[in-house]
Amino acid sequence: MEFDPEILARIQFAFTISFHVIFPGFTIGLAAYIATLEVLWLATGHERYHRIARFFTKIFAVSFGMGVVSGIVLSYQFGTNWSPFARLAGNVIGPLIGYEVLTAFFLEATFLGIMLFGWNRVPRGLHVFACVMVAAGTSLSAFWILSANSWMQTPAGYQMIDGVAHPVDWLSIIFNPSFPFRFAHMVTACYLTTAFVVLAVGARYVYAGRYHEDARTMMRMAIGLIAILAPVQAFIGDAHGQNTLKYQPEKIAAIEAHWGETDGVTGGVPLVLFAWPNETTESNDYQIAIPHLGSLILTHSWDGTFKGLKEFAPQDRPPVAIPFFAFRIMVGLGVLMIAIGWLGAYLLWRRRVFETDWYVRPLQYVWPIGFVTILSGWFVTEVGRQPWVVYNVLRTADAVSPVAGWAMATTLALFVLVYAIVFSGGVYYINRLINKGPEGPAVEPPTGVPNRPLASAHEATRAAINAPGE
Amino acid sequence: MDISLGMDWYLPVIWSLLLAVAIAMYVILDGFDLGIGILFPFARSELEKDQMMNSVAPFWDGNETWLVLGGGGLLVAFPLAYSIVMPALYLPVIFMLLALVFRGVAFEFRHVADDSRFLWNIAFAAGSTLAAFFQGVLLGGFVQGIKVENNAFAGGPLDWATPFAALCGVAVVAGYALIGSVWLVMKTDGAAARRARAHAKLLLPVVLAFMAVVSLWTPIAFPRIAERWFTTPNLFYLAPVPVVTLLLAWFVRRWLEEGHENLPFFGVIGLFILGYVGIGISIFPYLIPPSLTVWETAAPPASQVFMLIGTVFMLPVILGYIAFVYWLFRGKVREGEGYH
Repeated sequence: MEFDPEILARIQFAFTISFHVIFPGFTIGLAAYIATLEVLWLATGHERYHRIARFFTKIFAVSFGMGVVSGIVLSYQFGTNWSPFARLAGNVIGPLIGYEVLTAFFLEATFLGIMLFGWNRVPRGLHVFACVMVAAGTSLSAFWILSANSWMQTPAGYQMIDGVAHPVDWLSIIFNPSFPFRFAHMVTACYLTTAFVVLAVGARYVYAGRYHEDARTMMRMAIGLIAILAPVQAFIGDAHGQNTLKYQPEKIAAIEAHWGETDGVTGGVPLVLFAWPNETTESNDYQIAIPHLGSLILTHSWDGTFKGLKEFAPQDRPPVAIPFFAFRIMVGLGVLMIAIGWLGAYLLWRRRVFETDWYVRPLQYVWPIGFVTILSGWFVTEVGRQPWVVYNVLRTADAVSPVAGWAMATTLALFVLVYAIVFSGGVYYINRLINKGPEGPAVEPPTGVPNRPLASAHEATRAAINAPGE
Repeated sequence: MDISLGMDWYLPVIWSLLLAVAIAMYVILDGFDLGIGILFPFARSELEKDQMMNSVAPFWDGNETWLVLGGGGLLVAFPLAYSIVMPALYLPVIFMLLALVFRGVAFEFRHVADDSRFLWNIAFAAGSTLAAFFQGVLLGGFVQGIKVENNAFAGGPLDWATPFAALCGVAVVAGYALIGSVWLVMKTDGAAARRARAHAKLLLPVVLAFMAVVSLWTPIAFPRIAERWFTTPNLFYLAPVPVVTLLLAWFVRRWLEEGHENLPFFGVIGLFILGYVGIGISIFPYLIPPSLTVWETAAPPASQVFMLIGTVFMLPVILGYIAFVYWLFRGKVREGEGYH
């Protein structure tokens, strides 16, 4: 059997990096959330912040462990799978990753020890400090690795000598054109992802009538964050799209499945809501589109135009279907996030969010929404960069390591097997931790809330019904 | 080789030393926590296993970060070497990483698991042992040399699989088990510490024997290494390395007999460093033996200087907070003490 190393290297890398991004996608926000809780605990002295912080720290420990081990894999795969890329871009990308290790990885790894094991060993203030350091470490890590990724999307500040990139201006390399947008977009996405996990956990307890005080605090904090950040994210995303249109027009054409002005439409570009992009006929089948909306969104004008796919040489076009569909999933879920946030904010304002069953009940299942959105977003941007690994500099096909196909096929199978075991283990154990819930005094619902006796009786009944199954 | 003693000459030397320090830090620090995984099956009770694991739990993540620095450092300072080594040692690198995945997640999973705990005991022990073995194989594969044409790897996917590499693999397993056992002597008490001391006494001569075999095998099999060690005047400068190794091993043996708790650990670190220096002497200045030197594979000064500035500032800070964490979690981990 013949194995094509290029396809295998790509599948393997896509698999390991997609698997990996799930964990930082969660822990970047979770570290910040735990740090916030601890600061609140220090400032107000309310025990519930402490309990929630401890509870999420356990979940953090499991997720962070998976993030670390899957991340170590990636730092070696640049070489094992893409050695010509490492050689061409190493002088530029290498130091960015080096700075990530020096400024972020050691910081988070070291203070993680105090965060997880120091509860009874260090003064409260030092523990809070350790949590803040871990949170800072995760964000710094995102800063450097997104800078490196952005350089691959919009390379700047370098010159090519004998087929190898040499750094010329480090500031232009680090703050390359797409980096500020990607960084803002990703960090906000991470915070939203965590907020939805916290929201789902809180809703699960509220609905089951468990951990009264803690569950409500979780929901309140999550809704507040989502109501503000989800719409902000839409603006950041729009700005990121403008930036992509300027620097990587092929990607936008693929995202919009915009082939060009051959179908008689001049002027405004429609927004394609749904279609089946057909790369053979260079057009869309089954298209449903809204006239002029594409122009309006991307150029902020009624009749603005942007380049279609047919204006690029076929060998320079990205695949269309993946960016097109992944983008629609991402935006659709983003809109859903805004709706959940605003609805929750309204219900909080009306003081009836916890009693609104039709709102709380489905929220128990919203925890994956951020992960799916992040993965979709990365599929848009990474597949949209193809056929290049470094945009307009190095083609992915020319970046594959000289490794035998069978060797790559073997390791791919092993990766799938190992990650499947580890991932199911992780999800299973995190679910168990959630079932166990926060520990400590005063976690059960109060037996009588004077102003809402019926609601708490309702909760108590529900707790009694649900408890045996937990 | 044209050596004009400018930045082009110094920078790669400085970076190869820094990289050597990072890898040495990794071998020593992750060495003892992988060693604990290797010794895991020999613990008699779950409580003893808890005690062993708890003794490294706050540190393992930081320890493994040195591995990322090693790989990252190679990419930063010697991208050409990185782009040759990784495909050349493709399979052992990936096998090692997968083994590390298993043993890494075992820390938290084992803590949360009840019925399935034994599975993560196995994952921890097997993952640690395999990771150590493949690190040894990588070392062997690197020392024995890599086939290069036109600045790219030109060999086959199984070039690394030699008896010598397998020997190095087993040697590293024994070495990590030794440093793990003396760590336990220092960090635990009761049955765990007694068993660890007995293991250390058994492992010390085994590790010395492996060091001796590797020291004899390499000059016999690789003339370039024989030339480095056994020609005058090198012979006189280098003779102290094996002599000091033997002397230190004798001391470690005595410290173990006399019931010292901390000295054996530091003694074994010393042995590791000596073995490491020995390998360094055999290899330098080649980064891809036997063809490419540190100068030929170096990143341009612009990259090396940029990274050096950060390293000069950050390395002391990193060493500072690592020391702080080891100080914070000083003292012995007693049987029955909780996890987090």
